[in-house]
Amino acid sequence: MCSYIVEKAALVGSAKGRKGWMRIDTANVYFDHPYYSTLDHVLAIDFTNEGEGGRDRVAIELSADSARALIARIEAALASGEAAHPSLAAPHAVAAE
Amino acid sequence: MSYYQGLQAETVTFRGHNGDQGEAYYARPTRAGKFPGVVVIHHLPGWDEWIMEVVRKFAHHGYAAISHHLYFREGNGSPDDIGARVRAAGGVADAQVMGDTAGAMAWLRAQPNATGKIGVIGFCSGGRHTYLAACTLPGIDAAVDCWGGNVVVDNPKDLNDKRPVAPIDLTEKLSCPLLGVFGNDDANPTADQVNRTEAVLKKFGKNYEFHRYDGAGHAFFNWARDAYRPEQAADGWRKVFDFYRRYLVAPAASVAAE
Repeated sequence: MCSYIVEKAALVGSAKGRKGWMRIDTANVYFDHPYYSTLDHVLAIDFTNEGEGGRDRVAIELSADSARALIARIEAALASGEAAHPSLAAPHAVAAE
Repeated sequence: MSYYQGLQAETVTFRGHNGDQGEAYYARPTRAGKFPGVVVIHHLPGWDEWIMEVVRKFAHHGYAAISHHLYFREGNGSPDDIGARVRAAGGVADAQVMGDTAGAMAWLRAQPNATGKIGVIGFCSGGRHTYLAACTLPGIDAAVDCWGGNVVVDNPKDLNDKRPVAPIDLTEKLSCPLLGVFGNDDANPTADQVNRTEAVLKKFGKNYEFHRYDGAGHAFFNWARDAYRPEQAADGWRKVFDFYRRYLVAPAASVAAE
Protein backbone atom coordinates (compact mmCIF):
# COMPACT_ATOMS: atom_id res chain seq x y z
CA MET A 1 0.00 0.00 0.00
CA CYS A 2 3.03 2.30 -0.05
CA SER A 3 2.41 3.10 3.59
CA TYR A 4 4.71 3.45 6.52
CA ILE A 5 2.31 1.64 8.85
CA VAL A 6 4.26 -0.68 11.11
CA GLU A 7 3.01 -2.67 14.07
CA LYS A 8 5.73 -3.09 16.66
CA ALA A 9 5.73 -6.09 18.97
CA ALA A 10 8.07 -6.40 21.94
CA LEU A 11 9.61 -9.86 22.10
CA VAL A 12 11.82 -12.02 24.24
CA GLY A 13 13.68 -14.43 22.03
CA SER A 14 16.40 -15.10 19.55
CA ALA A 15 16.71 -15.54 15.83
CA LYS A 16 19.32 -16.86 13.46
CA GLY A 17 20.39 -14.52 10.71
CA ARG A 18 23.30 -13.77 8.45
CA LYS A 19 25.73 -13.50 11.35
CA GLY A 20 24.39 -16.47 13.27
CA TRP A 21 22.21 -16.35 16.35
CA MET A 22 21.22 -13.08 17.94
CA ARG A 23 18.90 -11.95 20.67
CA ILE A 24 15.80 -10.14 19.46
CA ASP A 25 13.57 -7.74 21.31
CA THR A 26 11.28 -6.40 18.57
CA ALA A 27 9.22 -7.55 15.63
CA ASN A 28 8.26 -4.91 13.09
CA VAL A 29 5.16 -6.20 11.33
CA TYR A 30 3.60 -4.69 8.22
CA PHE A 31 1.45 -5.55 5.24
CA ASP A 32 2.81 -3.82 2.19
CA HIS A 33 4.81 -4.25 -0.98
CA PRO A 34 7.63 -6.75 -0.60
CA TYR A 35 11.28 -6.38 -1.33
CA TYR A 36 11.95 -9.93 -2.50
CA SER A 37 8.66 -11.76 -3.00
CA THR A 38 6.85 -11.59 -6.32
CA LEU A 39 3.52 -11.02 -4.54
CA ASP A 40 1.90 -7.60 -4.73
CA HIS A 41 1.55 -7.44 -0.96
CA VAL A 42 3.06 -9.48 1.82
CA LEU A 43 2.83 -9.77 5.56
CA ALA A 44 6.40 -8.92 6.45
CA ILE A 45 8.10 -9.33 9.79
CA ASP A 46 11.52 -7.97 10.63
CA PHE A 47 12.93 -9.46 13.81
CA THR A 48 15.49 -7.08 15.28
CA ASN A 49 17.24 -6.10 18.47
CA GLU A 50 16.50 -2.41 18.83
CA GLY A 51 18.29 -2.40 22.15
CA GLU A 52 21.46 -3.00 20.19
CA GLY A 53 20.67 -0.53 17.44
CA GLY A 54 18.42 -2.67 15.29
CA ARG A 55 20.87 -2.83 12.41
CA ASP A 56 20.64 -6.59 11.92
CA ARG A 57 17.40 -8.31 11.19
CA VAL A 58 15.86 -11.63 10.30
CA ALA A 59 13.20 -10.94 7.71
CA ILE A 60 10.27 -12.91 6.36
CA GLU A 61 7.69 -12.07 3.70
CA LEU A 62 4.49 -14.15 3.71
CA SER A 63 1.30 -14.19 1.68
CA ALA A 64 -1.69 -12.97 3.67
CA ASP A 65 -3.30 -16.43 3.70
CA SER A 66 -0.16 -18.19 4.81
CA ALA A 67 0.42 -15.57 7.49
CA ARG A 68 -3.03 -16.21 8.91
CA ALA A 69 -2.41 -19.94 8.74
CA LEU A 70 0.86 -19.42 10.58
CA ILE A 71 -0.89 -17.47 13.33
CA ALA A 72 -3.26 -20.42 13.81
CA ARG A 73 -0.37 -22.90 13.90
CA ILE A 74 1.52 -20.76 16.43
CA GLU A 75 -1.57 -20.68 18.64
CA ALA A 76 -1.99 -24.44 18.21
CA ALA A 77 1.65 -25.14 19.04
CA LEU A 78 1.45 -22.97 22.16
CA ALA A 79 -1.79 -24.64 23.26
CA SER A 80 -0.54 -28.17 22.78
CA GLY A 81 2.85 -27.39 24.31
CA GLU A 82 1.37 -25.74 27.36
CA ALA A 83 -1.14 -28.57 27.73
CA ALA A 84 1.75 -31.01 27.82
CA HIS A 85 3.72 -28.82 30.19
CA PRO A 86 1.18 -26.92 32.33
CA SER A 87 3.83 -25.53 34.63
CA LEU A 88 5.42 -23.69 31.70
CA ALA A 89 2.35 -21.74 30.66
CA ALA A 90 2.98 -18.01 30.06
CA PRO A 91 6.63 -18.12 31.17
CA HIS A 92 7.58 -14.77 29.67
CA ALA A 93 5.01 -12.04 29.89
CA VAL A 94 5.86 -9.32 27.39
CA ALA A 95 4.11 -6.00 27.26
CA ALA A 96 2.71 -5.51 23.80
CA GLU A 97 3.06 -2.09 22.30
CA MET B 1 14.67 4.82 -34.39
CA SER B 2 18.19 4.52 -33.13
CA TYR B 3 19.45 3.49 -29.77
CA TYR B 4 22.64 4.34 -27.98
CA GLN B 5 23.16 0.81 -26.89
CA GLY B 6 26.48 1.42 -25.19
CA LEU B 7 26.09 2.77 -21.71
CA GLN B 8 28.05 3.21 -18.54
CA ALA B 9 26.55 2.73 -15.10
CA GLU B 10 28.16 3.46 -11.80
CA THR B 11 27.59 4.58 -8.24
CA VAL B 12 28.37 8.25 -7.66
CA THR B 13 28.19 10.64 -4.73
CA PHE B 14 26.00 13.70 -4.64
CA ARG B 15 25.06 16.44 -2.20
CA GLY B 16 21.52 16.21 -0.95
CA HIS B 17 19.38 17.91 1.66
CA ASN B 18 21.40 20.09 4.04
CA GLY B 19 24.49 19.36 1.96
CA ASP B 20 24.62 15.77 3.16
CA GLN B 21 26.68 13.53 0.90
CA GLY B 22 24.98 10.39 -0.35
CA GLU B 23 25.22 7.79 -3.03
CA ALA B 24 23.31 7.56 -6.27
CA TYR B 25 23.19 5.22 -9.22
CA TYR B 26 23.99 6.91 -12.52
CA ALA B 27 23.87 5.64 -16.07
CA ARG B 28 24.53 7.44 -19.33
CA PRO B 29 25.12 6.63 -22.97
CA THR B 30 28.80 6.15 -23.69
CA ARG B 31 28.50 7.94 -27.00
CA ALA B 32 29.81 11.50 -27.06
CA GLY B 33 27.13 14.13 -26.94
CA LYS B 34 24.80 15.96 -24.64
CA PHE B 35 21.81 14.26 -23.11
CA PRO B 36 18.70 15.30 -21.18
CA GLY B 37 18.70 14.19 -17.57
CA VAL B 38 16.19 12.04 -15.74
CA VAL B 39 15.97 11.69 -11.98
CA VAL B 40 14.44 8.36 -10.96
CA ILE B 41 12.87 8.35 -7.49
CA HIS B 42 12.77 4.87 -6.02
CA HIS B 43 9.80 3.27 -4.32
CA LEU B 44 9.29 2.72 -0.63
CA PRO B 45 10.86 -0.74 -0.31
CA GLY B 46 14.14 0.81 -1.31
CA TRP B 47 16.89 1.38 -3.80
CA ASP B 48 16.60 -2.00 -5.43
CA GLU B 49 17.69 -3.85 -8.52
CA TRP B 50 14.58 -2.95 -10.47
CA ILE B 51 15.11 0.77 -9.94
CA MET B 52 18.67 0.45 -11.19
CA GLU B 53 17.40 -1.34 -14.27
CA VAL B 54 15.06 1.60 -14.85
CA VAL B 55 18.04 3.95 -14.68
CA ARG B 56 19.86 1.86 -17.28
CA LYS B 57 16.73 1.78 -19.41
CA PHE B 58 16.76 5.56 -19.63
CA ALA B 59 20.45 5.52 -20.56
CA HIS B 60 19.66 2.97 -23.24
CA HIS B 61 17.14 5.43 -24.63
CA GLY B 62 19.59 8.29 -24.69
CA TYR B 63 19.17 9.98 -21.33
CA ALA B 64 21.62 10.58 -18.50
CA ALA B 65 19.73 9.13 -15.56
CA ILE B 66 20.30 9.08 -11.85
CA SER B 67 18.56 7.45 -8.92
CA HIS B 68 19.58 8.85 -5.58
CA HIS B 69 19.41 6.59 -2.57
CA LEU B 70 16.79 8.22 -0.37
CA TYR B 71 17.91 6.21 2.64
CA PHE B 72 21.67 6.82 2.41
CA ARG B 73 21.77 8.44 5.84
CA GLU B 74 21.19 5.02 7.37
CA GLY B 75 24.74 4.09 6.43
CA ASN B 76 26.17 1.08 4.72
CA GLY B 77 24.28 -2.14 4.29
CA SER B 78 22.07 -3.92 1.85
CA PRO B 79 19.30 -1.70 0.46
CA ASP B 80 16.59 -4.02 1.75
CA ASP B 81 17.88 -3.96 5.33
CA ILE B 82 18.25 -0.20 5.17
CA GLY B 83 14.75 0.13 3.74
CA ALA B 84 13.38 -1.95 6.60
CA ARG B 85 15.03 0.33 9.16
CA VAL B 86 13.65 3.42 7.47
CA ARG B 87 10.18 1.93 7.38
CA ALA B 88 10.38 1.04 11.07
CA ALA B 89 11.34 4.65 11.80
CA GLY B 90 8.29 5.97 9.98
CA GLY B 91 9.89 6.71 6.64
CA VAL B 92 11.74 9.74 5.37
CA ALA B 93 10.50 13.29 5.58
CA ASP B 94 9.15 14.94 2.47
CA ALA B 95 11.40 17.96 2.98
CA GLN B 96 14.45 15.72 3.05
CA VAL B 97 13.38 13.85 -0.09
CA MET B 98 12.83 17.14 -1.89
CA GLY B 99 16.25 18.37 -0.82
CA ASP B 100 17.86 15.16 -2.00
CA THR B 101 15.98 15.30 -5.30
CA ALA B 102 17.08 18.87 -5.89
CA GLY B 103 20.63 17.69 -5.20
CA ALA B 104 20.33 14.87 -7.73
CA MET B 105 19.02 17.35 -10.31
CA ALA B 106 21.93 19.68 -9.63
CA TRP B 107 24.37 16.79 -9.97
CA LEU B 108 22.97 15.95 -13.41
CA ARG B 109 23.09 19.57 -14.55
CA ALA B 110 26.72 19.85 -13.47
CA GLN B 111 27.83 17.06 -15.80
CA PRO B 112 29.51 18.09 -19.03
CA ASN B 113 27.09 15.92 -21.01
CA ALA B 114 23.99 17.73 -19.73
CA THR B 115 21.64 19.58 -22.06
CA GLY B 116 20.12 21.27 -19.03
CA LYS B 117 16.73 19.64 -19.47
CA ILE B 118 15.64 17.57 -16.49
CA GLY B 119 12.81 15.11 -16.09
CA VAL B 120 11.74 13.43 -12.88
CA ILE B 121 9.99 10.06 -12.66
CA GLY B 122 8.96 8.07 -9.64
CA PHE B 123 7.19 4.88 -8.83
CA CYS B 124 4.85 4.08 -5.96
CA SER B 125 5.87 6.40 -3.10
CA GLY B 126 8.35 7.83 -5.61
CA GLY B 127 5.38 8.78 -7.76
CA ARG B 128 4.03 10.79 -4.87
CA HIS B 129 7.47 12.34 -4.37
CA THR B 130 7.52 13.21 -8.07
CA TYR B 131 4.19 15.00 -7.75
CA LEU B 132 5.56 16.91 -4.76
CA ALA B 133 8.76 17.77 -6.61
CA ALA B 134 6.83 19.03 -9.63
CA CYS B 135 4.87 21.33 -7.32
CA THR B 136 7.72 22.53 -5.12
CA LEU B 137 11.10 22.31 -6.89
CA PRO B 138 12.16 24.76 -9.58
CA GLY B 139 13.82 23.59 -12.75
CA ILE B 140 11.89 20.44 -13.64
CA ASP B 141 10.95 20.28 -17.32
CA ALA B 142 8.69 17.21 -17.23
CA ALA B 143 7.44 14.95 -14.44
CA VAL B 144 6.09 11.40 -14.56
CA ASP B 145 4.05 10.04 -11.67
CA CYS B 146 3.72 6.26 -11.91
CA TRP B 147 0.92 5.15 -9.58
CA GLY B 148 1.94 7.41 -6.75
CA GLY B 149 -0.17 6.60 -3.71
CA ASN B 150 -1.32 9.11 -1.11
CA VAL B 151 -1.29 12.08 -3.47
CA VAL B 152 -4.86 12.37 -2.27
CA VAL B 153 -5.08 12.03 1.51
CA ASP B 154 -8.58 11.16 2.63
CA ASN B 155 -7.74 10.68 6.29
CA PRO B 156 -6.14 13.75 7.91
CA LYS B 157 -4.51 11.42 10.45
CA ASP B 158 -2.25 10.23 7.65
CA LEU B 159 -0.57 13.63 7.67
CA ASN B 160 2.28 14.05 10.16
CA ASP B 161 5.55 15.88 10.72
CA LYS B 162 7.29 13.94 7.98
CA ARG B 163 4.44 14.18 5.49
CA PRO B 164 2.63 17.36 6.54
CA VAL B 165 0.84 18.21 3.29
CA ALA B 166 -1.23 16.22 0.83
CA PRO B 167 0.46 16.67 -2.54
CA ILE B 168 -2.87 17.34 -4.26
CA ASP B 169 -3.19 20.49 -2.16
CA LEU B 170 -0.07 21.86 -3.86
CA THR B 171 -1.37 21.32 -7.38
CA GLU B 172 -1.81 25.01 -8.09
CA LYS B 173 1.98 25.32 -7.87
CA LEU B 174 2.67 22.58 -10.41
CA SER B 175 5.32 24.10 -12.64
CA CYS B 176 5.89 21.58 -15.42
CA PRO B 177 4.02 19.14 -17.66
CA LEU B 178 2.86 16.06 -15.77
CA LEU B 179 2.32 12.55 -17.08
CA GLY B 180 0.38 10.12 -14.89
CA VAL B 181 0.38 6.35 -15.39
CA PHE B 182 -2.09 4.29 -13.38
CA GLY B 183 -3.62 0.84 -13.15
CA ASN B 184 -7.37 0.85 -12.73
CA ASP B 185 -7.21 -2.06 -10.26
CA ASP B 186 -4.81 -0.24 -7.96
CA ALA B 187 -5.85 0.16 -4.33
CA ASN B 188 -3.54 3.14 -3.75
CA PRO B 189 -4.22 5.28 -5.69
CA THR B 190 -7.72 4.10 -6.42
CA ALA B 191 -9.35 4.95 -9.73
CA ASP B 192 -11.51 7.44 -7.85
CA GLN B 193 -8.47 9.15 -6.34
CA VAL B 194 -6.87 9.37 -9.78
CA ASN B 195 -10.07 10.97 -11.08
CA ARG B 196 -10.04 13.47 -8.24
CA THR B 197 -6.41 14.34 -8.90
CA GLU B 198 -7.22 14.89 -12.55
CA ALA B 199 -10.15 17.13 -11.62
CA VAL B 200 -7.85 19.38 -9.60
CA LEU B 201 -5.28 19.52 -12.40
CA LYS B 202 -8.05 20.45 -14.79
CA LYS B 203 -9.40 23.08 -12.39
CA PHE B 204 -6.04 24.84 -12.32
CA GLY B 205 -5.53 24.50 -16.07
CA LYS B 206 -2.37 22.46 -15.75
CA ASN B 207 -0.56 20.74 -18.60
CA TYR B 208 -1.06 17.06 -17.84
CA GLU B 209 -1.97 13.76 -19.39
CA PHE B 210 -3.17 10.70 -17.53
CA HIS B 211 -3.14 7.16 -18.87
CA ARG B 212 -5.21 4.52 -17.11
CA TYR B 213 -4.88 0.81 -17.79
CA ASP B 214 -7.51 -1.86 -17.37
CA GLY B 215 -6.34 -5.22 -16.11
CA ALA B 216 -3.48 -3.62 -14.23
CA GLY B 217 -2.98 -2.66 -10.62
CA HIS B 218 -0.08 -1.23 -8.68
CA ALA B 219 3.47 -1.47 -9.99
CA PHE B 220 2.51 -3.12 -13.25
CA PHE B 221 5.83 -2.12 -14.87
CA ASN B 222 7.74 -4.23 -12.35
CA TRP B 223 8.75 -7.47 -14.03
CA ALA B 224 9.87 -8.87 -10.66
CA ARG B 225 6.31 -8.91 -9.30
CA ASP B 226 3.18 -10.85 -10.07
CA ALA B 227 1.67 -7.43 -10.73
CA TYR B 228 3.65 -7.18 -13.97
CA ARG B 229 1.43 -6.67 -17.01
CA PRO B 230 3.60 -6.84 -20.11
CA GLU B 231 1.21 -5.31 -22.62
CA GLN B 232 0.15 -2.45 -20.38
CA ALA B 233 3.74 -1.89 -19.26
CA ALA B 234 5.02 -1.76 -22.83
CA ASP B 235 2.40 0.81 -23.74
CA GLY B 236 3.09 2.75 -20.56
CA TRP B 237 6.81 2.92 -21.33
CA ARG B 238 5.98 4.19 -24.82
CA LYS B 239 3.91 6.93 -23.24
CA VAL B 240 6.79 7.85 -20.92
CA PHE B 241 9.36 8.06 -23.70
CA ASP B 242 7.01 9.95 -25.98
CA PHE B 243 6.36 12.45 -23.18
CA TYR B 244 10.04 12.94 -22.42
CA ARG B 245 10.87 13.22 -26.12
CA ARG B 246 8.42 16.12 -26.39
CA TYR B 247 9.52 17.98 -23.28
CA LEU B 248 13.16 17.04 -22.69
CA VAL B 249 14.74 16.45 -26.04
CA ALA B 250 16.04 19.78 -27.25
CA PRO B 251 16.52 20.12 -31.00
CA ALA B 252 20.28 20.17 -30.64
CA ALA B 253 20.44 17.19 -28.31
CA SER B 254 21.80 13.97 -29.69
CA VAL B 255 19.27 11.69 -28.07
CA ALA B 256 17.26 8.83 -29.43
CA ALA B 257 13.61 9.63 -29.90
CA GLU B 258 12.48 6.34 -28.41
